[in-house]
Amino acid sequence: MEAIGFPVLSLIIFIPIVAAVIILFLPREGTDLIRGVAITAAAAMFALSLFVYLNYNASVADIAAAQSSLLAQAGRDSEIVDLNLRVGAESSTVLVGQEMTATQMFHDGLAFEERVEWLPQLGISYHVGVDGMNAPMVLLTGMVAVAGVLVSWKVSDRTREFMAFFLLLVAGVYGVFLAIDMFLLFFFYELAIFPMYLLIATWGWVPLREYAAMKLTLYILIGSVVALVGVIAMVIVANQFFLGTGAGIFQTAQTAGILPESATEFSFSMTHLTLAAENGAFDVSGYAGVDGLTFGRLWFPFIFIGFAVLAGLFPFHNWSPDGHVAAPTAVSMIHAGVLMKLGAYAALRAGVQLLPDGAQVHLPWIVFLTLMNVVYGAFIAFRQRDFKYLIGFSSVSHMGLVAMGISTMNLTGMTGAGLQMFSHGAMTALFFGCVGMVYDRAHTRDIPSLGGFMKVMPWVGVAFIIGGLTSMGMPGFSGFIAEFPIFQGMWRASEQIALDIGPLHLTNYYAVIVIISALAIIITAAYVLRVTGQVFFGEFDRAKFPDVGDITVRERFVLLFLGTPLVLLGMAPFIMAPMLESGMRPVLALLGGM
Amino acid sequence: MQILGIDVLSFLVFAPALGGILVLLLPQNKALARWLTLAIATVIAGVSAAVFFAYQTSTPGYQFVLETEWFDLLGASWHIGIDGVSASMLLLTGILTPLAVLISFEVEERVNAHMALILFFQTGLFGVFVALDLMIFFLFYELTLVPMYFIINQWGGPNRKYASTKFFIYSMGGTLGMLLATQLIGFTAGTFDIVTLTSDPAAWVMLDRPDGLFLGVSVATVKALAFIGFFVAFCIKVPVWPFHTWLPDAHSEAPTAGSMLLAGVMLKLGAYGFLRLVIPLFPDVWIGEFNILGITGSVAGLFAFLAMLGIVLGAFAAFGQTDIKRLVAYSSVNHMGFVAIGLAVTAVVYAENYFNGTSQHAQDAILATNGAVLQMFNHGLSSAAMFLLAGAIYHKTHTRDMTQYGGLWVRAPIYGGIFIFASMASLGLPGLNGFVSEFLIVRGAYPVFTGLIVISMLGLLFTGGYILKGIRGVLHGPFNLQWRDTNLEIDLREFVAIAPLVVLMLITGIVPNWVLSVINASVTGMLSTGG
Repeated sequence: MEAIGFPVLSLIIFIPIVAAVIILFLPREGTDLIRGVAITAAAAMFALSLFVYLNYNASVADIAAAQSSLLAQAGRDSEIVDLNLRVGAESSTVLVGQEMTATQMFHDGLAFEERVEWLPQLGISYHVGVDGMNAPMVLLTGMVAVAGVLVSWKVSDRTREFMAFFLLLVAGVYGVFLAIDMFLLFFFYELAIFPMYLLIATWGWVPLREYAAMKLTLYILIGSVVALVGVIAMVIVANQFFLGTGAGIFQTAQTAGILPESATEFSFSMTHLTLAAENGAFDVSGYAGVDGLTFGRLWFPFIFIGFAVLAGLFPFHNWSPDGHVAAPTAVSMIHAGVLMKLGAYAALRAGVQLLPDGAQVHLPWIVFLTLMNVVYGAFIAFRQRDFKYLIGFSSVSHMGLVAMGISTMNLTGMTGAGLQMFSHGAMTALFFGCVGMVYDRAHTRDIPSLGGFMKVMPWVGVAFIIGGLTSMGMPGFSGFIAEFPIFQGMWRASEQIALDIGPLHLTNYYAVIVIISALAIIITAAYVLRVTGQVFFGEFDRAKFPDVGDITVRERFVLLFLGTPLVLLGMAPFIMAPMLESGMRPVLALLGGM
Repeated sequence: MQILGIDVLSFLVFAPALGGILVLLLPQNKALARWLTLAIATVIAGVSAAVFFAYQTSTPGYQFVLETEWFDLLGASWHIGIDGVSASMLLLTGILTPLAVLISFEVEERVNAHMALILFFQTGLFGVFVALDLMIFFLFYELTLVPMYFIINQWGGPNRKYASTKFFIYSMGGTLGMLLATQLIGFTAGTFDIVTLTSDPAAWVMLDRPDGLFLGVSVATVKALAFIGFFVAFCIKVPVWPFHTWLPDAHSEAPTAGSMLLAGVMLKLGAYGFLRLVIPLFPDVWIGEFNILGITGSVAGLFAFLAMLGIVLGAFAAFGQTDIKRLVAYSSVNHMGFVAIGLAVTAVVYAENYFNGTSQHAQDAILATNGAVLQMFNHGLSSAAMFLLAGAIYHKTHTRDMTQYGGLWVRAPIYGGIFIFASMASLGLPGLNGFVSEFLIVRGAYPVFTGLIVISMLGLLFTGGYILKGIRGVLHGPFNLQWRDTNLEIDLREFVAIAPLVVLMLITGIVPNWVLSVINASVTGMLSTGG
């Protein structure tokens, strides 16, 4: 793709940071000005994100064609769906110095790239770019950022600081999605956690906020530190590989322009690490002196689960409902809508893409955790009395589907996971927006004591119903478009994946998991109908809720803004699915199948 | 054929939904919303009639076909088109919707939302009837639940919460198996295209698997499970006994317009699903043997047996009702039983043709299938008319208890006349529409399921019984003085709404060929041997 005249991705990342700094210098009383700056920054980010998305989308067909011809050149049929399991094979000897198809695909898929040396001695560069995997996430972040600023319009307690921290949080989120350098990814990942903590602890729901903020921060920090250690070890292993057996492929890649001229053997760049992964650097047996152990097999669970903590993977999901409930509305929206996707995204990038061999060994058991997410999360949600806890647990359930899609390790399931990330992001932001609007006026979130809100807040009611239908996977809404390929991918995986636990040899158990998780659809339908009936229908008690009135135009816009993509994607999956497909294809090529 | 630059079937699918959004966004003006919705529905009815009459009976196969990219990842495409069966169903949907809209002029609360939901519902119905892609089919099939749920839940009778939730969970739970089976088919065949799948059902049955195993289970078992997934989903919708228990609650609690569309069109989705999917996709299962507790038989025979029970027990149950809407609801179980028994014949003969290339009952099956589809069309007209009449009297008396009525003919002669007319059509009086279709079914099914048909014919006695009970309860007997000061005569608006139905019932009874010729073209194509 030809370059655009200006550094659009850097603008996306730095606009919120600059806006946050400006806001901090504004006078405390000038709330209108503060809001104006915040909304301008958010709108600019959204516009740029949309530009990036549309621009990338326009070239998806070309990228897909190039990918197919690359696969064909490498003698791999793009139609082959069998996982070419590398487990147990003497992969390191077969592949060394041979393969760069997947790396080439990954490299060619990147657009709007910007690369500046940052700490060349440490192999760290400021390297950002979009491919089919993160472009939808960028768009999602832009949407939720705009919606978040609009929803927090009436925050009166220290507006200035609130808006500044909110924008910093958005900057961090953008940074993670756009980073092509692992170090940069961690940098922004930690950058996002710090404003998150302050936003919840300062502006959150008083009875819970300090506990929840602490819990959330500790969970995510511990997870990310574990993952960081793994990634540093990975970089060191890759370095040794390129200095030794992999020197040839390093040269070839540099000549082919996949790695930059200035590249050294020690680098945090994802392209660099992908090349190492593709050539079996992490599959060398005898790691840490244990025969049969490889780097990938040892470190995959730490890196994957370390990030997946943020995606709410069972049993590390515990922080998330508390965090969602304690956070102010806008923060819940960005938290459940985007931040949880950050975890899944990073787990996919750093875990599956860079350690494919480890993924093939470990994802077959991790899928059981995702099943727990899906079914157990739905059951717990069914039992909730608190409106926000209900949505919180439903997020746990739905994020389980994302992890489940990743565990299929095939194109169908993983594309479904990507679609589910986008769909759930918009849907859950819409949910939290609705809950916030109800809570602001009713001052209670106790479901049984609410009722009849459809009469006074019809927009919120309709928006909640649209979100609810999406969450139960109703066809015609984006949830269906996402869940269908995930389930279909599970069927496919069922034939390809087996698991040995001691003497037990499990085959075809993915099919059983699909059938059990399909039950979660019914549970979800039941709790969505129940809560819709109790909160929005029935008799409205004016004496109990004297302040409740219809929502403002600004709030209507938020609901419309977040609800439209759900229907649009549900009716026209072709606006996003091919893009995600092209983004997942390099990962699939690394996993050995297509 | 194109309308406003898009092909006519896509227009039919999306125009109602767009109209619904428009109505929803209009200011809360009752008159405006009502008349605008009526105008939209009438235009769409005109378009669907145009499509019906533009359908070429001389050319077999699907017409107005469109295929464009939709969801490449899964191999699903926006593939739509119609054959004679879908053309008649499109026409039925098109006719009933404006009449339902006209009847819901009586709704006074949240008019815009009610009208919009009717239009959304129409989108779902059209979508199912034109879909030639399994995923599109499933999408719209499921989508129809949502507007109907809200119509019942918000504008229904006293027990509406229970009825609507039961309806929704029952239907959604029922389609869960269908969802899994759809995925299975898509996964094994690599396509969701109905035309491809049905033209060669062997393509997805994985018979070429070396070990005969799929996911560790024998292929035959997997197929049987997929069959059960579809079978249960459609049986719930038709409804076939014993999957019918949601229906009396949903029908009787729904507002009049809801009942009309529910009984008139939504039940046909199930029968349509059998015809379009289950029969062509699973020929071997239909003639396969089952063994439950030592009782053996063919699956098609079991289906016919359940259909017979639906006919007999539906009539019995209807006879036992004192609630007029429940009576009409159970009569649907009774009448749809005839459709089901006709489809059982179709299944047997289709499978025999598929495996042997010929069937001794081919001609009978063509008769029975024509009858079944015509019965779908006729039941759509007559059940809509019956619910309209039941709604009309309920609207004036606010009770559905027939023991409170009586002797109304004196006070409402026009209403009484129409009531008797519609009842007789439902009963199957020769000269009216119901007779033609039931005769065709019975004639076609008799050589194949002789015993079951004989029992069903005895069940027909009870059909006569409950119809006459309904007429007696409402129109004859002593007049209940409670209604002394109530105007019981049919309104002009209600009269206008029912008039087209009465006319169509009469025309179809006398010259059924106007719709039968279209149906027959496709049915013959499906069942004739050597093709």
